[in-house]
Amino acid sequence: MRALRKELLASAIAIVVFTIVLGLAYPLFITGVSQVAFKNKAQGSQVTLNGRVIGSRLIAQDFQRPVIGRNGRPEVDRDGNPVLTPDVKYFQSRPSQSGYNPSATAFSNAGPNGADTNAAIRANAKAYLTLERRYDPSLTLSQVPPDAVQTSASGVDPDITLDNAHIQAHRIADVRGLSADQVNQLINDNTNGRGLGLFGEKTVNVLDLNLALDKETSQ
Amino acid sequence: MSVQGWVQIVVFLAVLTAIVPLLGGYMARVYQGERIVLARVLGPAERGFYRLMRVDATHEQNWKQYARSVVIFSIASWLLLYLILRLQGSLPFNPSHFGAMPADVTFNTTTSFVTNTNWQFYAGETTLSNFSQMAGLAVQNFVSAAVGIAVVIAVIRGVSGRNLQTLGNFWHDLTRTLLYVLLPIAIIGSLVLVSQGVVQSLSGLQHYTTIEGVKQALTLGPVASQEVIKLLGTNGGGFFNVNSAMPFENANGFTNVIEMMLMLAIPASLTATYGRMVGSRRQGWFIYAAMGTMFIAAVAIVYGAEGHGSVAQHLAGIGGGNLEGKETRFGITDSSLFNAVSTVTSTGAVNAAMESFTGLGGSIPMADMMTGEVVFGGVGTGLASMLLFVILAVFIAGLMVGRTPEFLGKKIGAREVKLVMIGTLAVPFAILMAVAWSIASKYGLRSIFNGGPQGFSETLYAYTSQSQNNGSAFAGFTGFVQPNAPGNSGSFGFTFADLLGGGAMFFGRFVTIIPMLAVGGALAGRRLTPIGPGTMRTDSGTFVVLLIGVILLVALLTFVPALLLGPIVQSLSTQLF
Repeated sequence: MRALRKELLASAIAIVVFTIVLGLAYPLFITGVSQVAFKNKAQGSQVTLNGRVIGSRLIAQDFQRPVIGRNGRPEVDRDGNPVLTPDVKYFQSRPSQSGYNPSATAFSNAGPNGADTNAAIRANAKAYLTLERRYDPSLTLSQVPPDAVQTSASGVDPDITLDNAHIQAHRIADVRGLSADQVNQLINDNTNGRGLGLFGEKTVNVLDLNLALDKETSQ
Repeated sequence: MSVQGWVQIVVFLAVLTAIVPLLGGYMARVYQGERIVLARVLGPAERGFYRLMRVDATHEQNWKQYARSVVIFSIASWLLLYLILRLQGSLPFNPSHFGAMPADVTFNTTTSFVTNTNWQFYAGETTLSNFSQMAGLAVQNFVSAAVGIAVVIAVIRGVSGRNLQTLGNFWHDLTRTLLYVLLPIAIIGSLVLVSQGVVQSLSGLQHYTTIEGVKQALTLGPVASQEVIKLLGTNGGGFFNVNSAMPFENANGFTNVIEMMLMLAIPASLTATYGRMVGSRRQGWFIYAAMGTMFIAAVAIVYGAEGHGSVAQHLAGIGGGNLEGKETRFGITDSSLFNAVSTVTSTGAVNAAMESFTGLGGSIPMADMMTGEVVFGGVGTGLASMLLFVILAVFIAGLMVGRTPEFLGKKIGAREVKLVMIGTLAVPFAILMAVAWSIASKYGLRSIFNGGPQGFSETLYAYTSQSQNNGSAFAGFTGFVQPNAPGNSGSFGFTFADLLGGGAMFFGRFVTIIPMLAVGGALAGRRLTPIGPGTMRTDSGTFVVLLIGVILLVALLTFVPALLLGPIVQSLSTQLF
């Protein structure tokens, strides 16, 4: 019995002491060092434009705009949400199941054999073809890149594949009056390599690229 | 599948194999009380802990005393964590003013973190305060991992040729794991992650207006410090709902490979620790070889299946790999590899949506868990479970040639074999019972999100994952409903799923740990017999094949019928459900 009481006491003290050391001292120490050494990264890689925060380069945003009806007001769907249409002057992010919300993330949990999954992919593919074919009539369904029609895991995937970017480049060049070479150059400039040249995939950061486009066109 | 992808996988495994003897040897020195550099700095802290806890760390415990310390410490941990989560509304570091989760969800969550499972019915960023995350959950990420490692060290002492009836001292092993293994790696690892964009902050929501004029808010938090230990301790509970898919947890291809290495580092290296502690490094390498072989097979199948694409996408005319629920920066290769690593190691962190994996791709993570988490497995418990299978394989080999089986020179008796049977079969039995109950009950069916075989897969995955203390999920499966109201008001749990899952996690943790320690205790101090011509050597290629055969046989006989009903039906079919 005395041995048991001793174990109980040791356990209670241990968990309290470990909570103070590992649960407070350790994370607060890491926070302190990070806020000094990697201030911008620790605060979410926020991007500013003209002194105002406009996003994070690690978090996707929606480059769609509300459709304005004949009465001059934004159109709404049956649920009262505004109807959105892609903003043709910008590269488009991957589809998101969570409305690109970085403070309440969720998977789509679409099953691999799901009829709903299939319907969503079909709808996304149709929308993608409708948008891009106007600028690249040779584009076919089988060329549509998977990342353009399947939702990401985080719902805020900041990147698209190079294939996807090069297809959208036709539209961007046409709408902005740039040459294909200029747009491709910008894509190259904003391509992230693999980690250590080996790990992960080459991607294009959509926010970086769109900001670079705005800068290029305004000059 | 691409050449580039395979090069990545091979390089990754080569680096891991190089780390194993280094970290494994270091850990052996830590537990055998040899001189280590860090002890010069942290020695006073270690001795201070023992004084505070009023324990004598040199006092040798027999297996029952050791197990009692494990259980009592886990109960104390459980109580404190439960209190923190229920009282979070009155505790500091709560910038979004979250109230408590309902009691049933808190029961599930508390059990989940104390048992090193990290199954999550809640969504971190919309449910928990920074205090709950760092002082509640992350502390359990450290200590539940340290408990697992302590257990395997005790078991190794039991099977080793040390001439004692005892298994060491729990408080000594626990404290030294935390101070000399987990904390130093966590400090370095979290700073590396922050330097790449993983967030680390105590600020509340960061509001801004996007280029298109939409208002958004970023959730920040002490993420990097928790991310590292979540992986290093094979815990897996994400700060964010989408876990390591969230760029704020896993920013790029480099952080991804670091995170995968963190998951494997300790479970893989423990094979070398084992080799050193039993006095034959070969023994460790052959176990590593058996684990590595099964791991490579798992990775190859997942990678092939995901690269092939899903039925839903093929029927929509889209070629290429299955990118549904995968991040662009990881692509097919690193999503397949990360999730294979995560499920074999019993971590359960994900960088892609498991539920959206193809039928075949999703069946492998399940099979990884069903083999009893012995392919590397959870920190400590993985190797300990593997040692049970080693004893089982030695026993079966002994039956075949009609000799008394022996392991590392110790004769295996009826008592050990009985304990091994409990340790290897009790949990699979519990899984099948829980799945059957959940599927047959209307309360169980409420948790299911997708229809058809996928719904069955969700349930099978949920109880396999919780019972095996893994924690990954087909995340459509729910036990907690949160309306879009702030601070958890109006939220409620599915009591059936929360309690059954919590029970499964308790069972899975302690009904394996206690038989493990008992086996260690039974073999401790047993007289060594010299190796004879009839001895089944455990450091040979033949034994590796036999061991893998035994593991697959036990898992397949138990789970194939269940797997057929869910993922295998889907992978064989080109039909939509």
